[in-house]
Amino acid sequence: MFRHRTVSVIEELQLVPPSKLGIEDVSKTFRTATGEVLALDRVSLQVNEAEFVCLVGPSGCGKTTLLNIIAGLEKPDSGMVLADGKSVTSPGRDRLVMFQEPALFPWLDVLGNVLFGLKLKPNLTNKDRRNVARYYLELVGLTRFEHANIHELSGGMKQRVSLARALAPNPRVLLMDEPFAALDALTREQLYGDIQQIWKARRKTIVFVTHNVREAACLGDRVLLFSPHPGRIQEEFAVDLPRPRDINSVDLAGYATKIMRALKSFSPERAAAAV
Amino acid sequence: MRRFLSAASFFVVLLLVWQWVFQAKVWSPVLLPSPMQVAGYLKNAIEDGTLGHATVITMSRLLTGYFFGIIVGLPLGLLTARWNLLRDTLGTTALGLQTLPSVCWVPLALLWFGQTEAAMLFVVVMGTLWSVIIATETGVRNVPPIYRRAALTMGSKRLHIWLKVIFPASLPFIISGMKQGWAFAWRSLMAAEIFVTILTGFGLGQLLHYGRELSAMDQVIAIMVVIVVIGLLVDKILFSPIEKFLHRRWGTSQA
Repeated sequence: MFRHRTVSVIEELQLVPPSKLGIEDVSKTFRTATGEVLALDRVSLQVNEAEFVCLVGPSGCGKTTLLNIIAGLEKPDSGMVLADGKSVTSPGRDRLVMFQEPALFPWLDVLGNVLFGLKLKPNLTNKDRRNVARYYLELVGLTRFEHANIHELSGGMKQRVSLARALAPNPRVLLMDEPFAALDALTREQLYGDIQQIWKARRKTIVFVTHNVREAACLGDRVLLFSPHPGRIQEEFAVDLPRPRDINSVDLAGYATKIMRALKSFSPERAAAAV
Repeated sequence: MRRFLSAASFFVVLLLVWQWVFQAKVWSPVLLPSPMQVAGYLKNAIEDGTLGHATVITMSRLLTGYFFGIIVGLPLGLLTARWNLLRDTLGTTALGLQTLPSVCWVPLALLWFGQTEAAMLFVVVMGTLWSVIIATETGVRNVPPIYRRAALTMGSKRLHIWLKVIFPASLPFIISGMKQGWAFAWRSLMAAEIFVTILTGFGLGQLLHYGRELSAMDQVIAIMVVIVVIGLLVDKILFSPIEKFLHRRWGTSQA
């Protein structure tokens, strides 16, 4: 009789090789009431294995659209996205998304949310799924809250659960769409430290969208500056600072200033709004 | 305990006022019997089995029709939310028929099915179905699209998304639709039982009807009390726990 090979918790928690992403000539146009908007205009970019890339730009520059295309949630009009050489056509567990608003399911408790993606993974026993979920809850520091309801959590805790949920199926790529934008400064600073630690521990390729220049300089190996109308990659900055980085360090401020200056140069009024 | 006591004293006061009005002879005792007379009728009806028998018959009609209405209504509601064609056709029909007081189905049911159980069932189903369809459809349409997107990225697909995301996400709407459907079904069944005398069984509505025919006011009031109590009990036993759970999970109110 045919039987599935079961995977142990140890195997499941092993690091998977992070993906290399190739975005090639991706264009996307949206039709709106006022006409067509070229959200992305022949954008190309390579993201290396386990690289942390930040996409920065004013709102409407297409950075979120690009993230959705990498996730497979939207299709480009032309061009393609390659993950490890394979064309991306639909969403997949190897590329998980963390959204700006916590898209947690209110009908499940914290553990249930982290288990959601794991339950869709075959070859694991339910007991092992629980143990895997608990491992990630511990990683984000929420062990004590596994049976809490979602509405009982603070904004920062919700995003921690979202992070655990995105990490739990052990994806190769983590796509983060302004995940900290709605949080207060103190919570955010804590999460900057945590995300760097987790990234080091779990070795993922991360594409991180933000409009916060300092945040980008703090987290990214590279910061890509997008310009709007049409959405294009305007400039690229390599951030050469040791990790873990402190958002308040002087060196980091230097990078942030440089990026902000570039941002202002092509869109002065929007840059002011983005600070 | 405090809340229980204050609620209990409210009903005691209500009974005392009733007794006082009876003793003051504001209305003829034929029109307003005393609480004791009503209790006496209830005691007899319970002892000789009339009440138990009628309750069983009514409840079995109600539950059969109600669950049939839900089993048909839920999937239809989901499908209506899924396809615009169904929304424009079935959805509009449901919306229209829901505004029709369910007692209006009784004449039609009588002509179609005659004095049969099928007529009863039909009326109850018509009372339940439309509310459930509309509530389910509204619930599905109110599911934030981001839940679907999040589920998609985690590898959830078509049927799995419907069962594990869209359905639970719309539960608050669905439950309130089921509650409304219950109220409509209960009302329409009482109307049907009062209008339709059938040989397959005497329900509570029929007891009420014959109470009127015999000018037995104690019977009329007693049966009305029973109907109210059943309605309350169903709410407390069937819906209250589910609603409490939903409120606690969603954080929608202090239940």
